[in-house]
Amino acid sequence: MNVSTQNRRDFLKKSAAITVAPGVLLYSVSPKAHHAEKPVTSETRWGMLIDTNKCVDNCTACLDACVEEHGLTEDVPVEIKPVWIRKVTVRDKQTGRETFLPLMCQHCENPPCVDVCPTGASFKRADGIVLVDRHTCIGCRYCMMACPYKARSFVHEALENQKPHSPRGKGTVESCNFCVYRIDHGMGPACIEACEAEGHEAMIYGDMNDPESEISKKLKEMSSSVLRPDLKLNPGIRYQGL
Amino acid sequence: MKILMILGKLSLGLLLIMTVSGVSSGEVSMPEIPKAKNNFSAEQSCVEPIDLMRREHGLLLKHYRHDTMRRGIRTSEYSLIACVNCHVTADESGNYPTVHHGSDHFCRSCHTYAAVNIDCFQCHTSKPQESFSSDMEPVQSD
Repeated sequence: MNVSTQNRRDFLKKSAAITVAPGVLLYSVSPKAHHAEKPVTSETRWGMLIDTNKCVDNCTACLDACVEEHGLTEDVPVEIKPVWIRKVTVRDKQTGRETFLPLMCQHCENPPCVDVCPTGASFKRADGIVLVDRHTCIGCRYCMMACPYKARSFVHEALENQKPHSPRGKGTVESCNFCVYRIDHGMGPACIEACEAEGHEAMIYGDMNDPESEISKKLKEMSSSVLRPDLKLNPGIRYQGL
Repeated sequence: MKILMILGKLSLGLLLIMTVSGVSSGEVSMPEIPKAKNNFSAEQSCVEPIDLMRREHGLLLKHYRHDTMRRGIRTSEYSLIACVNCHVTADESGNYPTVHHGSDHFCRSCHTYAAVNIDCFQCHTSKPQESFSSDMEPVQSD
């Protein structure tokens, strides 16, 4: 037998030659990308950190990017317009200080929308992204009522010319999907890209389970808060400066 | 009970008349299905053998939609976007056919012939994507 005659040193030398060379590949092209052909796992938890001090008045870059990215452009009355992300102004009555923050699906760890969904259409992916599976959504809108952040919209009218990567249609509920197809291809959400392009850099995203990620480091370093912590939903979207 | 039986016989009769008249009014013509833009490989024209695709594409779509939607698996060959990109072809003036009844859209033309509903395109776009390809290829990270 060849293997048995091989001494330990030779064996180690050979295996080192095999593993060290491709070892460079351990540093993947983009550390954020998961292998698109493999299922996502709970080793990753996607999250976002929004610095409200950097979010400015009169800027709608993230909102516009969302509308453009997902084709939320249908011509419908304002009451039924889809809103995946909106800008909220918080005003301190005492001091008059105004804070602006983008508000979208908070991608909770314990999402109430998933609890109430009667068909299992509203679900949380293993990597923490909360989605609506429109194939099974019956449009009952319980999730819209359950969401404390008012993050979900309902499509009332038949649509045409949807974006290929962001299917949406009449009779189903929808909300921010963390630009999940972009995430799966190693890119960030469109709103964050737009905020960066505008030079505000108020939003970052990353894997909150990875202690080496930018978001984890910042969260450890600086104080941040979640919206409605009393509900114990542990949202994936965190805010600084609130 | 009697009324029900009479009604039942009447409806059966109606059904017979309809079937007979359907046959006598001529047969449904075969759809003219547009040719796909590319072959999948040198040996194979589609992602799976043609006879399998004709018979089972619905099941395949359902299977891979689950993988993609729930588990985040996005392959380049098995995706509805890839189907549409390859199979939906523009006419001479460069316009893509709609997916409504009577259109010669790849999916619609055959589904009309087979009298099978097609719901995909209530949400998914029925037109090929134009400017979205190179930067959205699946990432090979290891």
